[in-house]
Formats: sequence, structure tokens, C-alpha cells
Amino acid sequence: MSQSRNQPSARAVPADLVDEKIVIAYYMAALTFITISMLAGLLVALQLVRWNPFNGAELLSPGRWRMIHTNAIAYGFLANAFLGTLHWAVPRLTFHKVASKALSWFIFYAWQVIVLATAAGIVIGPTLQDQPWVMELAKQTHLPMGLGAQGLEWGETPFWIDPVALLGLLLVAVNFMVPIGRSKGPMYVTLWYFMAAFVWTFLTYAMGNLLPEYAVAGTSAGAIGGLFIHDLVGLFVTPLGWGLMYYFVPILLKKPIWSHGLSLVGFWGLAFFYPLQGIHHFLYTPIPMFLQYGAVISTIAVELVVATVVINFFGTLGSKGYDQFVNNLPIRYFYTGMVFYFITCFQCALQVTLTFQKLIHFTDWVVGHAHLVMFGVFSLWLFGIMIYLFPRLLGRPWYSQKLLTYHYWLSAGGLFVMFLDLTLAGVFQGWYWASLQPWDASTNGSTPFWIVRVFAGLAMFGGLLCFLYNLWMTAKGAESVDESPALAAAAT
Amino acid sequence: MFESKTGIFFIAGIGFFVLAFLGNGAVPMLMYKDRPEKTAEELVNKRVMNQFRDLAERYPEQFQAAFGAASEEKCAEALRLGRQIYVGEGCWHCHSQFVRPVSNESRRFGPVSKSEEYDNELQRPVLFGTRRVGPDLSREGGRRGNDWHAVHFYNSRTVSTDSPMPAYPWFFDGSPDKPNRRGLALITYIQWLGSWLPEYPYYEELAEVRGE
Repeated sequence: MSQSRNQPSARAVPADLVDEKIVIAYYMAALTFITISMLAGLLVALQLVRWNPFNGAELLSPGRWRMIHTNAIAYGFLANAFLGTLHWAVPRLTFHKVASKALSWFIFYAWQVIVLATAAGIVIGPTLQDQPWVMELAKQTHLPMGLGAQGLEWGETPFWIDPVALLGLLLVAVNFMVPIGRSKGPMYVTLWYFMAAFVWTFLTYAMGNLLPEYAVAGTSAGAIGGLFIHDLVGLFVTPLGWGLMYYFVPILLKKPIWSHGLSLVGFWGLAFFYPLQGIHHFLYTPIPMFLQYGAVISTIAVELVVATVVINFFGTLGSKGYDQFVNNLPIRYFYTGMVFYFITCFQCALQVTLTFQKLIHFTDWVVGHAHLVMFGVFSLWLFGIMIYLFPRLLGRPWYSQKLLTYHYWLSAGGLFVMFLDLTLAGVFQGWYWASLQPWDASTNGSTPFWIVRVFAGLAMFGGLLCFLYNLWMTAKGAESVDESPALAAAAT
Repeated sequence: MFESKTGIFFIAGIGFFVLAFLGNGAVPMLMYKDRPEKTAEELVNKRVMNQFRDLAERYPEQFQAAFGAASEEKCAEALRLGRQIYVGEGCWHCHSQFVRPVSNESRRFGPVSKSEEYDNELQRPVLFGTRRVGPDLSREGGRRGNDWHAVHFYNSRTVSTDSPMPAYPWFFDGSPDKPNRRGLALITYIQWLGSWLPEYPYYEELAEVRGE
């Protein structure tokens, strides 16, 4: 591995190309927020099984912390981990530094302020809600908004932070577009995804946070809201995630991607079909039916595109890939994520049909699906990348390979149990409701599943603790506990 | 073009995004653009006023401190605040406001939701919801009394034995018979949901319940 350590190509890399400190800083922020997010998830899970020890405490209300859970993962963990990794990957791919080091650090701090302000708004906002001046403001502007969360999934970011977040996203785009613009010759597939993602993220965030709040109400706002939550996954998280896979997988396997043509199909297919599907989140709503059909068809179309991407990566892994899958830990995370991605997308092609929607809409099935894609795919990928990068950033091997494998099994295993459990729970809930039994039947019938979910979540959290302890010991410079450090280093 | 910077920036980045926005966002916006968006003042109706007055009679001291007299203007204020509480506390993450035409939902909850029900400022952003841990609330108004709601918000398990809903004691000044401004506003908002329907809930058709 050491030969290819700092060399994505034969060309020499200037020493100060990558600001390694900012990569570490972003990763620290990301790990902090995923810890908070998982604790918030645990709180909500405990509430559902009626074991919440803090029930009745205003600032620990599960309703508010449910929003912390989702926002901390999207904007705290994924965004921070992606930004950190972009600071590593973009300069290496373009051979140019980011636009400005000072700007990079400004964005870093600004982003943490945005995420923390979002969290503060969500937790404290509703408490301040009935202050007379807040009510007066809302009345004068005819905007039924509060200091706390907005009523839009993943757009809960209080309205007073939205402009700052938008400015931040614009600066991110500028900071990374400059090196991409300076690079000469054909661009590698990773950069297509990154470039598109910078444009898409800004546009998506602007659309979702401004239009339903200021411009439209009612059903058409629902269509925009569906487009927003969908594009946030499809046009922010997905292209950055796949872009990074196209970058790291060939480096770790030491061979080029299997088919350049398929990567073209994957990119353009995603770019065309993914944004067309927003309305599939609100099937059977009063949104016009022909638009719902359109969203269903383009969703099924994108699953075919996804299949080409997954085939391309398994082609790259090749016939002797099993060894790599077992022994090369980041590759194991990446390909596990890809298997989960395929499951997610296959599931998506089924659940988007009106037949499935009848049964599973509004149930835990959807919650399982969301966990599978956000944790099972993108979080596992980012952990795989961190496992590859931390020894390079810190200049020493991991303290313990064994703890890393614990992290892998607890995270991937716990997640998979949670996914199966919630999917099954969703089917039960759908049938309880349709059978017209009293509502309690559905919540009582869900309780065994919710209990399993608590323990699956605890396993995932245990995995995270293994990772954090391992990182702490590595950063501290503790002697590696692996039996054969040379072998361990080779495996990373 | 498919691998060039301009192609990716303009066609994939901006072009396809705009195309999708036109198809998925602009079409419904244009279809519904002529329908007026009602303000909270316009949403106040006899049924919700009746509930609002009931709150004033039931909790006179608390109501006096929070809203003064039970006027229509104050009722609109309560609806706005109630909706903000509903959003801010995350109620809409466990309760939908949208009755689907499938899965026996119209038999459980009431009439299937229609587009015009959402043309008002209290549906900005629209609260279709994403998950139903608890039941749909879009036809909840008038189903239960204000005292039931007060006790239920204070501690749901008092009236619904196995409810997984959290307790909200901060809507009260110490006990369930003393809802504060936030509690009164939220109860008003909940009682408003579905009150615009011509025939719902069924027992509300009695003249004295309708406040006539």
C-alpha cells in the first residue's frame, strides 16, 4: 500500500497540496455530531418502547431530539465528513490547491456554527415560541414561522439560519470549483459527480428552504417538499458518495475502474432521472395523479441506472475480489455499503409502486429504508474512508485492527438487524391499520420490533464507541496492539 | 459534451435540475396558482370558535392570562401559535395530516383529503407528515373534548394506557387543569383540524355543539 500512499497518479504531488489539518478538523466535527445523533436516536427509540427516563423534560423532548437525530446526521456528520474528504480528494485529483486556505477555515467554522445554531433553534426555539415579539413578527409578515424548526423534513433548520447556510454552500462551491476549473484535460468521473453536487446542493437547499416557506402553500408546497428531501439524498449525498467511491476504490485495489462507459451511464442516468422523483414521497396525496405516475416511473428507471453502477464496481473488484473484501478493511466497508445500496434501490423500485405504498406508507418500513441508505451506505463509506485516511493524517497505524473489525461488525450487523426489524414492523403496522383494529393494536403490536430496534441501535452505538476509543488511542500515539503491525498496516 | 466541464455544469448541474423542478414543482404550482391562500383569520369558523370559548369557560384564569377574551382575532392568534408549537415540538413527525383514499383510511379517520383543504397559511410548509406512530390528525377536531386533550398532553397514559406519546408538562402551569398559553393554543389548533368539513365529526351536527 505504501507505494500508492500519496500518489493518485505518477505525477509528483507538492507537499502543501492538501491541508491535512482541515481534514482532521472536519472528521473530528463529524464524529462529534454522529455521537450526538446516535444518542438522540436512542432517546427516541427508548420513548417508543416507553422506557425514556427523561419523559417530561422539556429540553430533552423526543419530538425535538428526533429532528436533532436527522439533522445531525445530514448536516453534522455527512456534510462534515464529505467536506473533510473533499479537501483531501479534490486537490489530489486536480493537482491544484483549493481556492483559499483562509476561506476553507472560514467555511469550516461557519458550518459548525450553522449546525450548532440549527440544533439550538430546534431545542430551544419552541420554548421561546410564545414570546409576544415572535408572534408579532409572524403576524406582520404573514409568515407562520417560528424561532424553532420549520415544518419540512430535513429543512427544519430555523428560517433565520437558512440564508447563512446558503451562503456557506455557495462558498463551498467556489472553494472547490476553482481547482476544478484550473485543471487541464479530461476530468475523471469523480469530478463530474463533485461538480454537479456543488451546483445541485446549493440549488436544492435554496429551493427546499425558501419556496415552501415564502412562496407556495398547500399541495404544491408538498410537491416542492418532496422534491427537496429527495434531492437532498439524491443530489447532495449520493453524488458525493459515489464520487468518492470512484476515487478511493481504484486507489485501494490498485487498478482502474472496470468500465469508463458504464460510469458515464451511471452519472448521466443519475443526473437525469434522480431529480424527477420528488413526488414519490407523497403518493396518494392530492398532488395530481399524472405527476405521481411520472415520479414512480422515473424511480424505477433510476434503479436500472444504479444496477449499472454497482455492476461496474463489482467488475472492478474482479474475480479475485473476495480476498480484498475480507482482508482490505476500507474495501470491506465500501463494498458492504454498495451491497446495502443495491438492496436500498431494489427495495425502492418495489416500494415506490402504488401497490406497496398502500400498505407501507407512513410505517416503520420507510424508517428502515432511510436508515439503510443513510447509515448502511453513506456512513459506512465515510467510516471506510476515515479508516484509510486516519493513519495517513496522523502518521501512524491504527492502534487496533481488532477494534476496527468490531466497529465493522457492530455497525453493519446492527444496521442490518435494524433494517430487517423495521421493514417487518412496517408490514405489520400497515396491516393493523387496514384491519381497522383500535389504534393501540398497532403501537402495542409494534413494541417487540421497537425493542429489537433499541438493541440494534445500541450495537451500532457500541461500534461507534470502539471506533472513537481506537482513534483516541491512535492519536495519543499508543503502541499498536496488533500482533503483527506490518501485516496490519498492509491491510489498511 | 458528456465529459466536459461545461456539459456537466450546465446540462447535468443546472439543466436537469431545472427540468425536474419544472416537472415536479412548477406544474402543480401553476395548476393551483389561482386558488387563494387563506389567512388564519379567514380560517376561524363557528366550530373552532365554540371550542375556543369552551376553553375560556373551562380554564378562565389561565385563558384570561393567555388570550384575554375569546374573540375571533384571538382565536386566529391561537391557531398560528398552536401550529408553530405543533411544528416546533415535532408533532408532525408522528402524526400525519392526510387521509389517503386507500387502506380503509376513510373509514377510520373520515373523508379523504382534498387539495383545497391545504390552501391556507397554516399549511405553509404543508404538514402531510412522514410517519404515523400515532393516528392521523387531519380530522381530529371535535372528536374529543378540550379536557381530554389537556389531560392527554399532560400525560397521555392517563387516558390512553399504552400510548408511546411523550408527556408535555411544559404546556401547563403545574397541573393538567392549568394549561398555559402554549397548551391552550395547541388544543385550539388540534380542535380546528377538520372543522372546515361540512359534515364532520358526526355528533357535531347537533345545533348546540356547532355553536349556533
